[in-house]
Amino acid sequence: MATYIFRRLLLMIPTLFGILVLSFIVIKSTPGDPASGRFGGAAAAQGGMNAERGTEDAEKAFRKNFKLDEPLYVQFFWFVGRIFRGEMIYYTKQGSIWPDLIPAMKITLMINSIVFLLVYLLAIPMGIFSATAPHSTGDRIMTLTLFVLYSLPSFWVAEMLRLGVLESNLGLPVSGLQSPNADRLSLLPWLWDYTLHLVLPILCMTYASLAYISRQMRAGMLEVVRQDYIRTAKAKGCSPARVIWVHALRNSLFPIITLFASLLPALIGGSVIIEYIFNIPGMGKLTIDSVFSREYDMILVTMMLSAVLTLLGILISDIMYVLVDPRVSFESKN
Amino acid sequence: MIETTSAVLKIDHLVTQFRTENGYFTAVNGLTLNIGKGRILGLVGESGSGKSVTSLSIMRLLPESSARIAEGTMTFLGKDLVRLPSRQMQELRGHDISMIFQEPGTSLNPVYKVGSQVAEVLLLHQQATSGNVMQRVIELFHEVGIPHPAERIHSYPHEMSGGQKQRVMIAMALACNPQLLIADEPTTALDVTIQAQILGLIRKLQQTRQMSVLFITHDLGVIAEIADDVAVMYRGKLVEQGPIEEIFTNPQHPYTRGLLACRPTLESQKKRLNTVADFMDVVENQATGEYTIVPKHAHSERMVLAEKNARDRLFSPRSEVISLGYDVSAIPENRFIPEGTKPLLSVRDLQVYYPVRTGFLRRVTGHIKAVDGISFNVYRGQTLGLVGESGCGKTTTGRALMRLISFTGGEFDFNGIPWSQLSERNLRPHRRKLQIVFQDPYASLNPRMTVEAHLTEAMAVHQLGASKNDRRDMAAQLLVEVGLKEEHLPRYPHEFSGGQRQRICIARALAVEPEFIICDESVSALDVSVQAQVLNLLKDLQEKRGLTYIFISHDLSVVKFMSDMIAVMNQGRLVEYGPSELIYADPRDEYTRRLISAIPQVSEEKLRQRIAAGNKETAL
Repeated sequence: MATYIFRRLLLMIPTLFGILVLSFIVIKSTPGDPASGRFGGAAAAQGGMNAERGTEDAEKAFRKNFKLDEPLYVQFFWFVGRIFRGEMIYYTKQGSIWPDLIPAMKITLMINSIVFLLVYLLAIPMGIFSATAPHSTGDRIMTLTLFVLYSLPSFWVAEMLRLGVLESNLGLPVSGLQSPNADRLSLLPWLWDYTLHLVLPILCMTYASLAYISRQMRAGMLEVVRQDYIRTAKAKGCSPARVIWVHALRNSLFPIITLFASLLPALIGGSVIIEYIFNIPGMGKLTIDSVFSREYDMILVTMMLSAVLTLLGILISDIMYVLVDPRVSFESKN
Repeated sequence: MIETTSAVLKIDHLVTQFRTENGYFTAVNGLTLNIGKGRILGLVGESGSGKSVTSLSIMRLLPESSARIAEGTMTFLGKDLVRLPSRQMQELRGHDISMIFQEPGTSLNPVYKVGSQVAEVLLLHQQATSGNVMQRVIELFHEVGIPHPAERIHSYPHEMSGGQKQRVMIAMALACNPQLLIADEPTTALDVTIQAQILGLIRKLQQTRQMSVLFITHDLGVIAEIADDVAVMYRGKLVEQGPIEEIFTNPQHPYTRGLLACRPTLESQKKRLNTVADFMDVVENQATGEYTIVPKHAHSERMVLAEKNARDRLFSPRSEVISLGYDVSAIPENRFIPEGTKPLLSVRDLQVYYPVRTGFLRRVTGHIKAVDGISFNVYRGQTLGLVGESGCGKTTTGRALMRLISFTGGEFDFNGIPWSQLSERNLRPHRRKLQIVFQDPYASLNPRMTVEAHLTEAMAVHQLGASKNDRRDMAAQLLVEVGLKEEHLPRYPHEFSGGQRQRICIARALAVEPEFIICDESVSALDVSVQAQVLNLLKDLQEKRGLTYIFISHDLSVVKFMSDMIAVMNQGRLVEYGPSELIYADPRDEYTRRLISAIPQVSEEKLRQRIAAGNKETAL
């Protein structure tokens, strides 16, 4: 197992390098750069305004300093070199990005982990319930509700919830992660305040994935209960509950383990919008702001982080597959 | 008649129905049956006859949402199983009545170790405590003949062979010493040598434990090996039942007679097989769905004509057969292909290896030799039978010759073309000459394509027929040729039975006017009576169109019926290759001998021997 994981981790390196090259090219091919953001751009330079104010020299120095006029490959290797040294900076503010990025990353990871747990903890029993009584009234109601939820775009739901909560005076906070007076609260009230702030964003991020995963769980379960070994279990004299929880459950997990790998990047992508709407200082908000101000380092680092998370998600789902299904071995997985 | 006083299970007028869109469909229609104490009752019938539904009715394992037991009683040890509360039924299952199934591969839960799956029954029915349960499982494994039981209990199902998995299933079924064992086609999915072992095991365990067995199968040969009494089902009804000697020596019902006659046997020299239709006609009443069976005279004109006109076996040129080491001086010259004829297909040293990769760098550290250097010739108009057990490489050989999979080494020429060396592009125009008919007629037809689309697609690719209408007419003719009707053209595969689908597959292969057809287990998935029809059809087509076949099968009796020359494969190699009759009459290889002796035989003499031996053992 250790050999397998080590090999897979090594294989990530070329993949990540490829992603890095592609992201770099995509970002560089968007119009504008940090210099034009800071010094007014090409239009201002042509009008001669910058020359009069003496900023033309400053812009030149800025461009030289950040190698913005060098050929693309020079810029790329300069950037790669700095990645290995950890010298990721804001071009405009001239400071390191880490003091902003690390807390934002923690917030995003925490929110996504909670969502992840919630999705799986709720989806599995919901799927089993639907599958054990297919086409019953309960199953039909659940199917319809989940279908409606799945079709609603999360940014719209988020906005509606935010407005609704504001109108109805429910006392639920709709912005940020802490109340203005959070510094003065003791631990328990502070935790309660924090939790209340998380309710709406987590709700918005959970429902759609929950709808999707529980449908998959239901389909997987329905497939498994038709199998011959389920008939064997019944013929042995197992109770209906034992048939489901002991014989069917573990086999029906395969499809949703596969989804694990694709759910992780989807969630992080989705959290960009939700964080923006609820004004949460997470990675999503940071990334969008950086895109607007052409902070290349910040954009690339956040992109690489989500790439790493995605690859780790795939690796984790492969490992879980081996743990759940004895027919799959690390040796045979290639 | 079977004694009814000591019956373990009495089924009285059982009616089991399935809910469909147009009301209820009756799968079992008024079945009355007794299973005597300590006896093995063989329940025979073709697919759809209701035999499996009967077994699931006894176990009450039919899906409650779609099936119901509408009438009847099933008295098991004084209790009526039809009306037993589900809780009590649950306690009965696995304890008093247990069951083994057709597919040992899918009947065991893939994610649990086999030992714990057997232990579960003992724990469920409190026949053991968690402390001593594994000891009991090891004893059971020992009893059913699993080698190294103490280690094997820790295996997962996928680490065991099919025969071993079926032994695990038997251990699981017998763990609580049930009164009644229901075996639903337990050997159908197994190789013939393994089948013989499993049948012997069931027989032995039945005798030592004096339990009753309901043994369900479509194969009368298997019944002859194991049953004391026989019941024959047809379309949900019992048509005949009685002790085995009576059924085999003096069958009363035309359906039973048809079933007995349509099996190809190793001894028979017949050129065509009987079918059930030679013994009876079924007259359907469209309005009520009722049918009546009209018996026919057994020896139809069709059979007499076929035996007279059909061609004899056609051996490879005399010199070639002699070079294989057979003495053929007694065989007349007209049975051989003339000397100097070029083979249609010539295979030299064909190899198909699959790499085995291990270690950190996934280096190739060995090979699985699926096909390990085989050579043979097939002449125009001949049938070469390729026989062997699962995993011997026979299917791989067929697919490599079709160039459907890549091969590692060797050469093969087809009709003078260096077939093995052509590029995919150069191969394509020639492909139509070599066609294949697969095993599973359910999986090898596209469910979204009509019969016409199936037949005309390849015609269009190879520019056969001038127009769409032209191809349509050709397709209609083909359907008639394979025994279907023109009006079937616009229909979809799901509207046909298994046998009809296989006829469509044959028509599809014929559509591009091939010279050579590879039949890869093409009748293995069919009922015996349907199998006989399809085998006859293949022979008719061969004689009419001058086709050449490679007939791949695990069933030596079918291969012997079909083939002029036989090649026996084992572990990727040809262990024996020669004229079919001589291979059967005088097998030289130990493996061939084992294969032949494992085939269930229906002969009165063998039957009497077995019954005598059984009675002796019981008396002891």
